[in-house]
Amino acid sequence: MGSTTGPPGRRRRRVTVAVALLAAASLVTACGSGDDGSGDGGGGEAGAGAAKGTDDGATLTMWTRAATRPQSEALVKAYNASHENKVELTVVPTDDYQAKVGAAAGSKDLPDLFASDVVFVPNYTSSGLFADLTERIDALPFADDLAQSHIKAGTYEDKKYVVPHTLDLSVLFYNKDLYRKAKLDPEKPPASLAEWDAQARAVDKLGGGVDGTFFGGNCGGCGVFTWWPSIWAAGDEVLNEEGTAATLDSATAEQVYAAYRGWVRDDIVAPGARDETGTTWTGVFPKGKVGVMPMPSTTLGLMPKDLDLGVAPIPGPDGGRSTFVGGDAIGISATSKSADQAWNFLAWSLDDTAQIDVVAAHKDVVARTDLASNKHSKADPRLVTINQLVADGRTPYALKFGQTFNDPNGPWLTLMRDAVFGDASKVKKDNEAVSASLAD
Amino acid sequence: MQGLSPRAVRGLAYATPTAVLVTVFFLLPLLLVGQMSLSDWPLLAGDRGINTPENFTDATDSTLFWPAVRFTLLYTVIVTVVLLGLALLLALLVQESRPGAGFFRTVYFLPGALGLASASLLFWGLYSPATGPLSRILEKLGLVDDPVSFLGTPTSALLSTVFLIVWKFAGFYMLILLVGLQGIPHEVYEAARMDGASRAQIFRRITLPLLRPSIALTLLLCVTGSLLAFDQFFILTKGGPDNSTVTVVQLIYREAFQRLNLGTAAALSIIVLAVLLLLNALQFRGLRRADES
Repeated sequence: MGSTTGPPGRRRRRVTVAVALLAAASLVTACGSGDDGSGDGGGGEAGAGAAKGTDDGATLTMWTRAATRPQSEALVKAYNASHENKVELTVVPTDDYQAKVGAAAGSKDLPDLFASDVVFVPNYTSSGLFADLTERIDALPFADDLAQSHIKAGTYEDKKYVVPHTLDLSVLFYNKDLYRKAKLDPEKPPASLAEWDAQARAVDKLGGGVDGTFFGGNCGGCGVFTWWPSIWAAGDEVLNEEGTAATLDSATAEQVYAAYRGWVRDDIVAPGARDETGTTWTGVFPKGKVGVMPMPSTTLGLMPKDLDLGVAPIPGPDGGRSTFVGGDAIGISATSKSADQAWNFLAWSLDDTAQIDVVAAHKDVVARTDLASNKHSKADPRLVTINQLVADGRTPYALKFGQTFNDPNGPWLTLMRDAVFGDASKVKKDNEAVSASLAD
Repeated sequence: MQGLSPRAVRGLAYATPTAVLVTVFFLLPLLLVGQMSLSDWPLLAGDRGINTPENFTDATDSTLFWPAVRFTLLYTVIVTVVLLGLALLLALLVQESRPGAGFFRTVYFLPGALGLASASLLFWGLYSPATGPLSRILEKLGLVDDPVSFLGTPTSALLSTVFLIVWKFAGFYMLILLVGLQGIPHEVYEAARMDGASRAQIFRRITLPLLRPSIALTLLLCVTGSLLAFDQFFILTKGGPDNSTVTVVQLIYREAFQRLNLGTAAALSIIVLAVLLLLNALQFRGLRRADES
């Protein structure tokens, strides 16, 4: 695109004044600014190097996990097509990602950019794997509109290390065809757990291989992602502020478990829920035999075209709404020698063009709340529902998140299974084990 | 190199490549693991100084440690008995050069050509209650009424995994035993038959004793392999349901990559290494005695 951003000397970090000037300037021209902001030259361009990074034809390496591959690939492809810099993306199997990052961190071989499941970000920030991006992030004209739960997860000792890369929210998907067959109003998704329960049971009555709902019953990450919003929706907490103790035995939590327990007892769930380790839990709904279940928003674009599905927020026992703002956050590794170029990619990935023409166009959740309503979401009201949820949602923070909640042999999965399949009276004791693991 | 004869120099030259390989790929990593097991060594942060003996006490104090030891031993016993019994049976079946024997030898051995991870994934798919065909076939045949959950209960998960391992490795151990069987001279059998020995007598008095070295070898391989079981459980059950199928090596993986603590992971590895050394030493002694007798 004929962009010549300047000599390597530009890589010098600009003084804060220039950054502030640029921030002010960009506010005015934000809507019109092109994909790399290098077309018009002129005075404003001097500051652009700092806030927008450098685009001088450098090769950047980047890692992401397989779970968010489509989103990362789309962004990288669009960036490479419009910039001098080239990002080389490596997709790592999701289960191996932590190990790979850990090994690379040990030998100082981390790529320039690496994304991470947002719940693991505190492990990386506290170990000093990411470079400090506080000034750069604050200089973005839309800094306040970035998904705050991701920014918060990536803030360690008052420094910001990551920006949102892919947002993955838990939402209810419901099958409108089955709703019609069960004489339910397809435009009235459940607004409370009680309604969800009633609707799932009504759909389940259809029989013939049709089931009311589904969940990953042997998958800690699924439980965190789909059960906790129901607790949050009632205004309750699951973890304390520091992420060192859990209240997963609260009255609200027990109410949520009881609903799931009822579905299992009365066979309202599709077969396999008890064994579902998380590998195939999103593959059940697209088959069109399940009435209503929580799903990751990133799967909306992957649903079969002929499946008439609606989207609704996950409700609490007596109403309310919340969501787990998951997905990947991304930062620049502390050892990267091309931080300015890497920032160019990050800043671009968050600007209007990338967010609307790449992220929103793929039916994914935009990383900025000010873009919740855009030309793509207008064509699909379900996207507006999801995008607006970002503000209501949460990303839990705990340093020991993985070993407590994602570990298939960790204490949370024991709690989940006791609460829903086994001896529900053990939940109190299990919650203590969860707290002990968090404080470990 | 002064006091060395040319012959000794040549010998050293031959030995050097192996010595270098062993040092770089075995000794040095082993020393590193030893150092890790004595240090506070988070996966993401690296060496943080001495942490002895906390690594070892932390590792053995984990609520999963003793259940994992117990499960690993149980699994080893079951797999060894079933696998070696079946392998011996298969070897006896295809030992003679009858028509078709070659075909069956190949068929039995074929699963062994598959990697363990791929085989586990294959069975994971077959067992899956949502997509797998096995449960549906059983239902169609009228053998069961409800969908079968192959990995849903502790017992069925263990048995399903044992089935996979037996399917995968029976042919391999059959091959080892077959070589042993064919090493037994025909004359011995002929003499026994002339003396009027029955089939059962021949098997017990001739085949088994003369096969002892081969059996000892398969036993050694099978026990060591089972104690180090990881892939199959990692893929099929992830230690579930309800932590009922956690093996010791899975604990090592969990310490390192879920709990991000290389120190305790290394401590566990050292413990496993010590146990295996002891066990192999004992088995080798048994093997040597078998050779002498």
